Amino acid sequence: MTTAEKYVAAAYLVVFAVVLAYVLIISLKLVRLEREVEELTELARQRRARVEAPREATPVG
Amino acid sequence: MVAAVTMIAFFAPEDADQGLSQKIFYFHVPIALTSYACFGWGAWKGLLHLWKRSPGADLESYVAIHQGVIFGALTLVTGSIWAKISWGVWWAWSSNQLVLFLVLFLFYAAYFMLRFSVEPGPRRANLSAVYALFGVALIPVSFMAIRLANDFIHPTVFTSNGPQMSGRMFASFCVSWAAMLLLAGTLYRVELAGKRLDSRLRELRELLA
Repeated sequence: MTTAEKYVAAAYLVVFAVVLAYVLIISLKLVRLEREVEELTELARQRRARVEAPREATPVG
Repeated sequence: MVAAVTMIAFFAPEDADQGLSQKIFYFHVPIALTSYACFGWGAWKGLLHLWKRSPGADLESYVAIHQGVIFGALTLVTGSIWAKISWGVWWAWSSNQLVLFLVLFLFYAAYFMLRFSVEPGPRRANLSAVYALFGVALIPVSFMAIRLANDFIHPTVFTSNGPQMSGRMFASFCVSWAAMLLLAGTLYRVELAGKRLDSRLRELRELLA
């Protein structure tokens, strides 16, 4: 491999590595957001259960 | 991007003067131009925020400038590698083009310091928009510097007589630039969607708390 080939490869690899790192960071963020959505869904389910529970226990008439 | 790399490797001829190292040009210049486009887009969104109070324009401006800084950093790194093989040095302070691009890059890098030193809210959005608009004035200065000054180190490829390269080289350059703009656009949309989702989730968390 000549010196020119090494430098050209290095330049292209830097671009590739940065784009890859960026995609990795974004994917990690998406994983975090997915986890948060799950937590909030669970929180909303619990809240709904709390709201509905006393209604079922109340005697009618 | 695959088409661009294929064209650069197999279609674009080797430069008679610089040889293989000139192939860095097909990534370096499109990345620099994409960086200018991102900064310009960020400034435009900043202007929309100040002028029409467009909802979300502040976030769009921030994401565009973030992209611009990433592409700017890549411009400096790829340019430095090219400089090392062509001129024998990693950096030449005597080149106005390089120094002005560095100034532009540092100016926009400081945008984040300003943005995150102010509490979130309308004041932060206004300050960020004004800063983004000031920075855009540096773009034509940086672009024209090489033409206005007697800069013999950094080559001028695009002159008033058109591009100083063969048709195959120019076609490869255009495909590469289109690929870079597409990449920047995709990353912009993905990052923006992530930020919007993050903000809505925070709001939802507050509502459910």
